[in-house]
Amino acid sequence: MDILNAVVALLNFVIIPATAYGAQLALGALGVTLIYGILRFSNFAHGDTMAFGAMVTILVTWWLHGMGVSLGPLPTALLALPIGILATGLLMIGTDRVVYSFYRQQKAKPVILVIASLGVMFVMNGIVRFIIGVDDQRFADGERFIISARNFREITGLDEGLAFRTSQGLTIVIAVIAVALLFWFLNKTRTGKSMRAFSDNEDLALLSGINPEKVVLVTWMIVAALATTAGVLYGLDKSFKPFTYFQLLLPIFASAIVGGLGNPLGAILGGFLIAFSEISITYAFRKVITYLGPEGWSPDGLLQLLSTDYKFAVSFGILLIVLLFKPTGIMKGKSV
Amino acid sequence: MSGENPFLIGSEMTGGYGKGADILHDCTIAVDPGQIAVIVGPNGAGKSTGMKAVFGMLNLRKGHVMLDGEDITHLSPQDRVAKGMGFVPQTNNIFGSMTVEENLEMGAFIRRDDFRDTLEQIYTLFPILKDKRRQAAGELSGGQRQQVAVGRALMTKPKVLMLDEPTAGVSPIVMDELFDRIIEVSRTGIPILMVEQNARQALEIADKGYVLVQGRNAFTGTGKELLADPEVRKSFLGG
Repeated sequence: MDILNAVVALLNFVIIPATAYGAQLALGALGVTLIYGILRFSNFAHGDTMAFGAMVTILVTWWLHGMGVSLGPLPTALLALPIGILATGLLMIGTDRVVYSFYRQQKAKPVILVIASLGVMFVMNGIVRFIIGVDDQRFADGERFIISARNFREITGLDEGLAFRTSQGLTIVIAVIAVALLFWFLNKTRTGKSMRAFSDNEDLALLSGINPEKVVLVTWMIVAALATTAGVLYGLDKSFKPFTYFQLLLPIFASAIVGGLGNPLGAILGGFLIAFSEISITYAFRKVITYLGPEGWSPDGLLQLLSTDYKFAVSFGILLIVLLFKPTGIMKGKSV
Repeated sequence: MSGENPFLIGSEMTGGYGKGADILHDCTIAVDPGQIAVIVGPNGAGKSTGMKAVFGMLNLRKGHVMLDGEDITHLSPQDRVAKGMGFVPQTNNIFGSMTVEENLEMGAFIRRDDFRDTLEQIYTLFPILKDKRRQAAGELSGGQRQQVAVGRALMTKPKVLMLDEPTAGVSPIVMDELFDRIIEVSRTGIPILMVEQNARQALEIADKGYVLVQGRNAFTGTGKELLADPEVRKSFLGG
């Protein structure tokens, strides 16, 4: 029995990666849930919005590198992030003007807006691939580790190493700041409250003199900020590849729906739930069990429930179960 | 502000929803400060429609709506709120997921000045709301929700308050309490126009009553007159 090493292995391979991934999903799902709550449709273009924001940030990062600018131990992408957010915000508002506002004026059914967003998704998909290409792009720089596996082993004298990467630490810190800012904005400011009122009861919001166009505008800006931040953090943590962002749509929607569509707290909860399920179901627990079992014994199999190739099946499975048994999600959102 | 030029009047209104058939026919509804005007009538008589017409929620093909001597016939409901009309819809009249206090704040959304005084006045009028100010409005009882709804509409300091069936779906005891509150609001000088299903109780507190039948003014008079009118009693008040 070697509980310490087992705990370290679990932290290293499950808990830390799942927390970082969960924070990225939560930021993505917050964007989806805000659009659903306020603009009343499921935005299928969200994954590619994240890709677009990350792409702009990467291009600016490269430009900054060319100018010889860097942030020392932190990734230079953080400096470029505000520009990425701004560019994405402009793209969102432009898309709204060209596409969505037309359907709003027609008072189109949500499903029509969903299909429109599918079209927007393909266009944005194309734009991103056209500009930056379909390949993997690495743009992380600065210090790679907060704690590296070797340092950890040397300091603690344990067999098992624990690596805590800068990108993971940053993801968690930035996600906490972003969520705190978002909740402060929604709960304490006049504009934020008017957005919640609009989401809650559109007719009464109009009667109260709340300007729907302003609500829509602010919503897109916030969504752009959340999506770009999520996209950049994901890219720093793993790597940037347009197709991966398109695939992220499934776990992000699963997070938003599991938590309860339209409910920001639910989106965060859902993000972590999906991330922890995905990683713990596809992790081979053999090492952890070997540490916990009697000396010299180790299980025959890998103790892995699903191969990592099937990780999307986890989101899909959870999504199905929730839609079958609790369509409004864990935190009482609107039903789909 | 004489009897001939009421503070708020929808005069000889004819119209319906969208391009549909006319529901109102030459219908006139008016109210003056300090008064409670009540619209009663059988189901489908166009009571709520009459009030919505005054508030600009349907297209009038004939007739005018005047507020304080100004013709507002062509203003949108939102613009009428800005002009000083407060409207409490019959259903979905609160922000259920928001706290009581946030509901009231949203009522004051168009105000750019300090509205804390008005907030205190509302809390004095509806003390229960002060106790529940941090609670989500959707968790309150039916009568309390109606108080939130009326409070929300009062936050703009309206020049006239319109209530669409404020007592729908509440118990008789709560109904009496709501009527008491409405009388109190009226005593502050705000003219109140109200649609009511509970005709007898509503006419008892009404300074002015309109009985509508099939979108037309059938009987008009003070609440007492209508209650005493044998014709009205026979047809609408159950003898």
